[in-house]
Amino acid sequence: MATTTSDFRVDPVSGLKIHRTANTLVKWNAVAAVVFLLVGGLFGLGVALTRMPSVQLLSPELFYLALTAHGLVNLVVWIIFFEMAVLYFLGAHVLGNRIATPRWAWAQFWLMLVGAALVAVAVLGGNSSVMMTSYPPLQAEPHFYLGLIIFAVGALIGCFVFLGTLVVAKREKTYQGSLPLVVFGGVTATVIAVFTLVSGAMILIPTFLWSVGLIGYIDPMMYRVIWWAFGHSSQQINVVAHISIWYLIASLVFGAKPMSEKVSRGAFLLYILFLQLGSAHHLLSDPGLTSAWKIFNTSYAIYLAVLASMIHGLTVPGSIELAQRRKGIDTGLFTWLRKAPWGNPVFSGMFLSLVGFGFIGGVTGVVMSVEQINMVIHNTMYLPGHFHGTLVVGTTMAFMAVTYWLIPVVFQRKIALAGMAKWQPYIFSLGAWVFSIALMGAGTLGVQRRHADITFAGQPLAYEYPEIAKGLMDLGEIFGVIMSVGAVMFIVVVLASIFTGERIAEDSAPWPKVEDADVVAERTGKKHVGMWGMEAPGTFVLAMILFATIVLYYFVNFKYLSTIWGLS
Amino acid sequence: MGTAYTPPVADWWREPIERTEIWWIVLAFAWCIFMFVWMIGWHFVGPQNMSNETYRTTVDVYAAKVDAMTEKYTIRTDEATGEPVVAPPPGSDVYLAAMQWQYRPILELKKGEKYRLHISSYDVGHGFSLQPENINFQVYPGYEQVTTVTPNKTGIFAIACGEYCGGAGGIGHHSMLGRIYVKE
Repeated sequence: MATTTSDFRVDPVSGLKIHRTANTLVKWNAVAAVVFLLVGGLFGLGVALTRMPSVQLLSPELFYLALTAHGLVNLVVWIIFFEMAVLYFLGAHVLGNRIATPRWAWAQFWLMLVGAALVAVAVLGGNSSVMMTSYPPLQAEPHFYLGLIIFAVGALIGCFVFLGTLVVAKREKTYQGSLPLVVFGGVTATVIAVFTLVSGAMILIPTFLWSVGLIGYIDPMMYRVIWWAFGHSSQQINVVAHISIWYLIASLVFGAKPMSEKVSRGAFLLYILFLQLGSAHHLLSDPGLTSAWKIFNTSYAIYLAVLASMIHGLTVPGSIELAQRRKGIDTGLFTWLRKAPWGNPVFSGMFLSLVGFGFIGGVTGVVMSVEQINMVIHNTMYLPGHFHGTLVVGTTMAFMAVTYWLIPVVFQRKIALAGMAKWQPYIFSLGAWVFSIALMGAGTLGVQRRHADITFAGQPLAYEYPEIAKGLMDLGEIFGVIMSVGAVMFIVVVLASIFTGERIAEDSAPWPKVEDADVVAERTGKKHVGMWGMEAPGTFVLAMILFATIVLYYFVNFKYLSTIWGLS
Repeated sequence: MGTAYTPPVADWWREPIERTEIWWIVLAFAWCIFMFVWMIGWHFVGPQNMSNETYRTTVDVYAAKVDAMTEKYTIRTDEATGEPVVAPPPGSDVYLAAMQWQYRPILELKKGEKYRLHISSYDVGHGFSLQPENINFQVYPGYEQVTTVTPNKTGIFAIACGEYCGGAGGIGHHSMLGRIYVKE
């Protein structure tokens, strides 16, 4: 397809050569994502206010409906719409490329929208409150499954549009040599996404046929094994996507380059090879699967995907430290960090995402996926605590951070309400961090997840959780409300910027670009940086703190495990 | 030269790896191997492990076993519910059924003794969650899992449901309970 120069514009903010059609697609997917974030967040707020033992807002019927909706909208719809925007941005914008087959890309958008709407109709109808996991023999209405299938087909089309866009870039030589690291991360996410969506189709199509009576029986164990290849792997797409965004922001804000392309790419490769084995995490306390199967899969062979995450956890802040030191902030251990632009939400959001994901989502994820320890946390409130520590603290915060940079580039508007934007990452993260930690505390004390009422009120065999567990639930959900406030602030900033932000004319003067740290170092002759023979000693110390936390938490949990009933 | 969003230098795979990264990778990988070995090792030296013993069953077959045990070993009626309390002898097979929305029968076990605890469901998926021990298993219809349990404390233990299993109003997943008494 021939393209003319008017199909592109040169963006004054980023200097990128932007394909207008690709840009429109990024816009629509991003807007859909944010609208769904709002919708899902409102359901989440309802869930939070019900789970506070002292408030109990919703009736059980409405609670289970809201929890089903919250899970699907925030865990699936918001995130996958945003990821479509990210993929098109990586394939087209970053590479100065046109998007392949725009018609198929629009099919992606509309199929996902129609699918999400069908699921919404089913859930809001009240007869499909089966949770996002929809384990048979619990049965939802047929259009619940059909909506999910259509949504997944749309997303799958989006993946292939992205891959096709890369082929175009290669053929039309819009870049030289290897793909940039962030695009390589996008490829990693796409490979995992294809695996994920095919798994989803494999299990949801028969379940749909079962719901309309064409198939007589869905084995509950088989369903869980295949469903989690979809349910867990979809969250792995997020991890890869938000790690790519970390690298992107480190480069945008600091002019940083990856410490070692080889190491970072190798870590992404480990994700492609091993990350999906992690769907076994959900099956560790299941009957019918052997311990050999569980141990191999839950540990991603020999924890090779954990290794990859630990590598990214060091190399991203390491690249920032290195850039800061090369630019002259080369004293002390943490001066580079203290002098970072903490008032810029693109950076603060990204760094909060990084630290929170490592210490809250990461540490607990490693420990809870030990086959034996899983028995003392499986399906307790620990689970929602953990995955809010990954998905909200990590993924959602990173997506929000990059949005503050994307609005001027993609929507050609300056950020409106910059003061609110500056505080938003802190308020959102404060809420999300305490929420996650408090829920994990309650789960450790036994509180079960997905309960409309954790007091067992009026039951003859009633059991009371320890008072401290109920207190933790109250505390956690109060911070859940703070997290919601942070999310609303984000949505207000986004909508205000898109609709009322100051326009950035296409022919306006280029914005000052952050200089590559390498270029600065070359000019100033600053070749050797760091101390103790390490270029990033501050990051190494931070990594050691993370390491000590994992080791300590690992053994604390084994100590707790060793006190319970004997089980074999 | 370079950033994460521009193509790397042509021979990026030949660039040396800096010391910060090498040390971290070595340490992280050593910990990965340790965790892998420890998880296997706990199966040999640790007293708490998942059972690998599971059978296919049907609701009718399983219910017959539950009923036979209840008939044979009922020792009294429970004060709270008026239902039978079943105390199978140490070492025997104990059958527990999950159903919408309760765990039955109510059991009484002896501290320090071993029991072969069978669990299955009569209808949808459930979660076995023993409180306050906080021991949690998944339970399916059609599958009968056998775990050898050794209670190490006396007291009244609740079984809550860990997997959403439907329900509305005051009765449902959130009200599903069972009970195990453990005596000296």
